[in-house]
Amino acid sequence: MAAAPESADLSKGGGFIGWIDQRFPLTKLWKEQVAEYYAPKNFNFWYYFGSLAMLILVNQLVTGIFLTMHYKPSSAEAFSSVEYIMRDVDWGWLIRYLHSTGASAFFIVVYLHMFRALLYGSHRKPRELLWIFGCLIFVLLMAEAFMGYVLPWGNMSYWGAQVIVSLFGSVPYIGGALVDWIRGDYNIGDATLNRFFALHVAALPLALIFLVIAHLMALHEVGSNNPDGIEIKKYKDAQGHPLDGIPFHPYYTVKDLFGVAGFLLLFCGVVFFAPTFGGLFLESPNFEPANPLQTPPHIAPVWYFTPYYAMLRAVPSFAGTQVWGVMVMGAAIVVLFFVPWLDRSPVRSIRYRGPIYKVMLTIFALSFISLGICGLKPPAGIYPTLAKVSTILYFAFFLLMPWYTKFDSVKPVPERVTGHA
Amino acid sequence: MNDEVDHSRRRLLTAATVGTGAIGVAFAAVPFLASWQPSARAKALGAPVEVDASKLEAGQMLKVVWRGQPVFVVRRVKAILGQLGDHDAMLADPNSNDSIQPGYIKSSGPARARNPEYWVGLAVCTHLSCSPLGAFEANNSFQVAGTDLGANWPGGFYCPCHGSKYDISGRVFKSMPAPKNLTVPPYAFADAARLVIGVDDAPKTV
Repeated sequence: MAAAPESADLSKGGGFIGWIDQRFPLTKLWKEQVAEYYAPKNFNFWYYFGSLAMLILVNQLVTGIFLTMHYKPSSAEAFSSVEYIMRDVDWGWLIRYLHSTGASAFFIVVYLHMFRALLYGSHRKPRELLWIFGCLIFVLLMAEAFMGYVLPWGNMSYWGAQVIVSLFGSVPYIGGALVDWIRGDYNIGDATLNRFFALHVAALPLALIFLVIAHLMALHEVGSNNPDGIEIKKYKDAQGHPLDGIPFHPYYTVKDLFGVAGFLLLFCGVVFFAPTFGGLFLESPNFEPANPLQTPPHIAPVWYFTPYYAMLRAVPSFAGTQVWGVMVMGAAIVVLFFVPWLDRSPVRSIRYRGPIYKVMLTIFALSFISLGICGLKPPAGIYPTLAKVSTILYFAFFLLMPWYTKFDSVKPVPERVTGHA
Repeated sequence: MNDEVDHSRRRLLTAATVGTGAIGVAFAAVPFLASWQPSARAKALGAPVEVDASKLEAGQMLKVVWRGQPVFVVRRVKAILGQLGDHDAMLADPNSNDSIQPGYIKSSGPARARNPEYWVGLAVCTHLSCSPLGAFEANNSFQVAGTDLGANWPGGFYCPCHGSKYDISGRVFKSMPAPKNLTVPPYAFADAARLVIGVDDAPKTV
C-alpha cells in the first residue's frame, strides 16, 4: 500500500473515496449540496419544476451534441441535413424530436417554475439574487431557443430570423449598421446561420450552465423557500438542522424522481405521438426550405414567444418609428428583474396574502395566456384589441405591485410550516 | 530594511495596471467584433441587377433579388395612373418625407417612380421586414390572406404578417404597424422597359 502523502489528512478516511477526499472535496460537496442540504419538508407539486428544468437541460445538451454530428450549418445544406437526420440517420428522428420537444418542455417547466416563485414569494429577500440569476437564465434560454429555431433553415426559420433581427433596426441612429453587423450580410443568409449555430451550440450553452450553477449556489446559500413562505432556519434541533427541514437526499431525490417519471410519461407521449403538437411545437411552414422571396402567409413564432410577440404587435408605430413595440416587449422581460423590490407585502406566500394579490396574480396569468393566444392568431378581428388590453394588464400586475401589495390585507403567518406530516 | 508598504503607491500602480489591461482587452476585442461585419465576399455580392420588364402585362408584377432582398417591379394599369394622388388623406406619409428613396423618386410625387407605369420598390415591409402581397385591383372588399381590405381599397400592397397596408406606390396607410413607406432602391432605365436596380444612372447598353 502506498504511503499517504505527508500533507494528506487521514481524518478524511481510507479506501478509494478517502483517497479522493484527500485530494478533492467529493464527500464534502455531496454532503453540503445533497445529503445534508436541508430543504423544507412541505414542498408540493410546484417544486417539481426546478429539477425538471435541470433534466431537460441535460436532455437538450445530450441530444444537441448528437444532432451537431449530422447537421450542416450552411444555408445550402442545413435544411437537407435536417431531412437527412430525420430519414437516413438511425434513430435520428428520435434524437431530433427529443431536442425539439425538449425546447417546448423547457419553457413549460420554466414558466411554471417562475409562477411558483410568484405564488410563494420565492423572489423575496434574501433570495433576490437567486431570482435575478433565474431571470438571466430565462433571457439566455429565449436567445438559445430563437437561434436554435433558425438552424433547420425552413421558411419559418428564415422569416422568424428576419423579423427578430430587424427589431434591432429600430434602435435610433445605429439600427441599420447594427442589423448588418448581426446578420454579417445585407440579408439573413449563410453568415447569419453560421454564427447562430456557433452561439447556439457553444457560447450560450456554456453561459447557461454557468448561470445554472450560480442559481444553485445562491439557492443553497440562502436555502429553499417553501409554500408557507417562512424561514425554516428559525427552529433547529440539537444538531443544528432545521426542525422543518429534511435532507434533500434521499427525501427530495426520491420525490423528484417521481416527478421525473410523471414528466417523462407526458414528454414521451408528445415525442412519439404528437411531435409537432398540432403545429405549436414545430410549425408547418418550417417543413419547406427557407425562401427569401416568399413570406409565409402568417408569421407566428413558436408558442413560448407568442406572449411577447403579441405585445410587440399591440403597440402601433409612432413618430415615424416602431421602436415603441420593441421597448414594450423588452420592458416586459426587464420588469421581471425588479419583482423582488416591487413586492412590498409583509408576507411572502399567497397562502397568507389578501384577496387583491390573488386577483392580480390571476389576472396576470390570464393576461399572459391571452397574449400567448393573440400572438398565435393573425392580427385581425378581436385579437389586436385583446392584445392591447392584455398588455396593459400584464404591466399593471408589475407596475402597481408596490401599492396593492402594501395595502392588501394579510393573514397571520405561522411560526412553523403547515401541512400533513 | 523598510517593511513599510506605501499603500497609496500600491493602489496607484494597481489602478494603472488594471487600466492598461482594460485598454488592452478593448483593443483585443476589436478583431472579434469586427469579424461579424459583412465580409468582403458579402459586400462584393451587392452588385446591381438588370431586369427585363417588357414582358410584364399591365396589372402584373415580378419579384427580383437584389442584395438578397426581394424587389417588386409592378406594371400599373394606365387607368389608375391619373388617380394615384386621390387618396393622400388616408396615408401616413403621402409625400414620403420620412421614407427612404432616392431624391428623384421623392420628387416624382404620388407615383414614386421614374416612369409612372413601372413601380419599383423593396418587397420588404418597413415594420418587420416581411414581404407584402400585391392586391392591385381597387375593389369593394378585396380578400387577401383572409383579410377584407375594405370598401375604399384603392389597390396596393398588404403585409400578411401584421396587417400593414400600402397603396400601389408603396405608401403606407395611416395607423399601421409599419412606420414608413416601402423603400425604393436606386434604379434606372437602360431603355424603355429594361431596368437596372442598384444604380442611379443606367450604364450604356450594347
